[in-house]
Amino acid sequence: MKYLVKKLATLILTLFLVSVLAFLAFQIIPGDVVTSILGTEATPEQAQQLREELGLNKPPLVRYISWAGNVLKGNFGNSYRYSKNMNQMMPVSELIGDKLPVTLSLAFLSMIFIAVIAIPLGVFWARSKNRVLDVILNVGTQTAMAVPSFFLGVLVTYFFGILLRWFSPGRYVSYEKDFWGFVGYLIFPAISVAIPKIAMTARFLRNSMLTEMHADYVRTAYSKGATERQVAYGHVLRNAMMPVVTFLGMIIAEIVAGSIVVEQVFGLPGIGKLLISSISTRDFPVVEILILYITFVVIVVYFLVDVLYRVIDPRISTK
Amino acid sequence: MKKRNFVVSLMALLLIAALGACAGGKSSEDKSSAGDQPTYGGSVVVGVQQDIDSLDPHKAKAAGTKEILFNIFEGLLKTDVNGKLTCAVAKDYSVSEDGLTYTFTLRDGVKFHNGNLVTAEDVKYSLERASGLLDGTALVSSLATLESVTVIDEHTVQVKTGSANLELIYSFTTAIIPKGSGEAEGSDPIGTGPFSYVSYKPQEGLVLKKNADYWQEGLPYLDEVKFKIINSADTALMELKGHSIDLYSYLTDSQAEELKNDYQILAAPSDVVQALFFNNAAAPFDNILVRQAVCYALDKDRANDFVTGGNSRIISSAMLPTLKDYYVDLNDTYGTGANIEKAKELLTQAGYADGLEFTIDVPSNYEAHVQTAEVVAEQLKDAGINAKINLIEWNSWLSDVYADRKYQATVCGITSDMTPSYLLVRFQTDSSKNFINFASKEYDETYQKASASLKMDEKTELYKQAQKILVDDAASAFIQVPPITIAMNKDLGGYQFYPIYVQDMSTVYFKK
Repeated sequence: MKYLVKKLATLILTLFLVSVLAFLAFQIIPGDVVTSILGTEATPEQAQQLREELGLNKPPLVRYISWAGNVLKGNFGNSYRYSKNMNQMMPVSELIGDKLPVTLSLAFLSMIFIAVIAIPLGVFWARSKNRVLDVILNVGTQTAMAVPSFFLGVLVTYFFGILLRWFSPGRYVSYEKDFWGFVGYLIFPAISVAIPKIAMTARFLRNSMLTEMHADYVRTAYSKGATERQVAYGHVLRNAMMPVVTFLGMIIAEIVAGSIVVEQVFGLPGIGKLLISSISTRDFPVVEILILYITFVVIVVYFLVDVLYRVIDPRISTK
Repeated sequence: MKKRNFVVSLMALLLIAALGACAGGKSSEDKSSAGDQPTYGGSVVVGVQQDIDSLDPHKAKAAGTKEILFNIFEGLLKTDVNGKLTCAVAKDYSVSEDGLTYTFTLRDGVKFHNGNLVTAEDVKYSLERASGLLDGTALVSSLATLESVTVIDEHTVQVKTGSANLELIYSFTTAIIPKGSGEAEGSDPIGTGPFSYVSYKPQEGLVLKKNADYWQEGLPYLDEVKFKIINSADTALMELKGHSIDLYSYLTDSQAEELKNDYQILAAPSDVVQALFFNNAAAPFDNILVRQAVCYALDKDRANDFVTGGNSRIISSAMLPTLKDYYVDLNDTYGTGANIEKAKELLTQAGYADGLEFTIDVPSNYEAHVQTAEVVAEQLKDAGINAKINLIEWNSWLSDVYADRKYQATVCGITSDMTPSYLLVRFQTDSSKNFINFASKEYDETYQKASASLKMDEKTELYKQAQKILVDDAASAFIQVPPITIAMNKDLGGYQFYPIYVQDMSTVYFKK
């Protein structure tokens, strides 16, 4: 219980600090949403009028407090930039709510790829005694790790989309219209996200298993008469998974927080794309909530990893 | 008095000429590729670069938004492919001799997308809302001089303005919307254009469908048009290669080259005046000799060749060559190539015999401006001028360079509409848009005389003089009007370029 309270307090404090930092950052960077909307057509009167409409003429502290007050009441405010219809701006919650399923689905699909491919690959690699295979996997994973996912995205689009025509780049279908078409379109972005992470996870798991192989309990298991297979899956894997779980947690946080560049490359209207364009148009209410969301996800995932530790290794909670 | 009468009658004559153009009605469709039979139906995806800033036609400011809304909304008048005004919601209009009263007769049977007929009350509401007569804020600033809008009868509306201005007529292209719709909570955009609004999703795009009741018979051809927002040019190229979009404009020269086998590549002059703008109030460009030296040293031909494959129109001043009546070619002053000797001579006079250094701030999102800046910086080295390029994000550019005017030089583009004043108004000393800090009493006087003039030939002459002052004082180094290059699905036809920034989808069709 005490543990939960402590975690919750950390969460709230972190969210508060992050929101203040984001707000301050917005005070420092040049330009605001008014310059973004009016562009080169701005006259000082128009700019002044728009600033008043948006409440940007009030002192920063007043703005922050009123914003934070509304957020605490569950009112995330309206976007400065996106319209809902002719005379209403888009509520931030609606805007993000609409984009979130895209990013979450992408994250989920990538995680499936990572889990299904990386873990067997890591175990296989650790058990393999073939020198040539070892070199191939070593070079292969090194390369996959070194390639940034946006570049991988471009390669995947070019190879599968334009040369092989397995999918049409940009022909994204909304999940509301055609769910399976949507999932189908997500496969290639998910592959682009997953490949470097698969390489990292597999390497990590392999190294972790090789370290564990030398542990005393392994010798004990062998002397009990267990086969190599039984040792690998029954004893080593479980222990070797410990650091990997932390690692996967980090990856989940990273992906759920927005596969920013991959979304750009594949034209996916997820929150990563929303974050980038909202920063460049200085759409403060949207950026603030997105940053809070990302912070929230990272903290919560780490918390879950912590809990998962205790499940995998009961020794931790007794300490 | 006598003279004044002459002026007024001349103006009336001009307006009658304008009226004649208007009565011509429907613009003749120009089927560029003969033998392509248009068919009805079909759906097209148009890639656009910017998300829309408002669904309210009176509040939309961004050119990227107006380009789309052109398909949904129309004014009493409408710009045609030649930049001339034609009638839209109005079928006829007249202007009083003193230029203060405009009378519009509405076209019969024009329907809004909600099925209602357009009434004089709707026109009154729209103009009052846009001009600020309704609540004090002029949403369309060029209509701010309106004093009253009166419904004469159900087909006639009379507009009175406080000051006569020959260019005011262009502002009656302002969208006509149903009475009260601008204020009604949650109302979807409703206009009279060839397409009606279906849906909009931020960052994804806008869906429009055919307006079956459109007053121009036979238009539009397509059943559905989707405007898809694609922020990055690289992504757009990928999507074109994957055939996910049918039409995309503002291609760079190299992109067009890559696509020419799969798409029809069409090009026309854009509405952008690209220049190396000087901050006339900051060193070293507060010295006219330095400005002139850079103008001489600048090789516009090279910029044109490298950036747009020689397809730009080289310009000398801030006027679009497509505004034929007002444009004057002053390229002889500094030449279009580099005159290194003259430049060095002027630099020596100005005290920069050992070389000149300055920074060019360039908005990084505009590929064409970045490329031009790079060519210019490289090429100016021949004259001992060392220009450093500083790429900045667009919003920082707007705030630091444009609004606060803290820069030495910048390469960017200014866009125009069909009025000559639009480009020239910003160079007045006190103009809030005068981001180059140009200060010339002579210019201010000339411009003001020109804009107040009610005599067309005098006005034209004065605007030409104003351009000459900009050139003689080397206000900035005006470079070129780059082309708009579009890629279009090979099955499509009927695309028309306008001298203004719009994408008219009403004439586009699938070929048989």
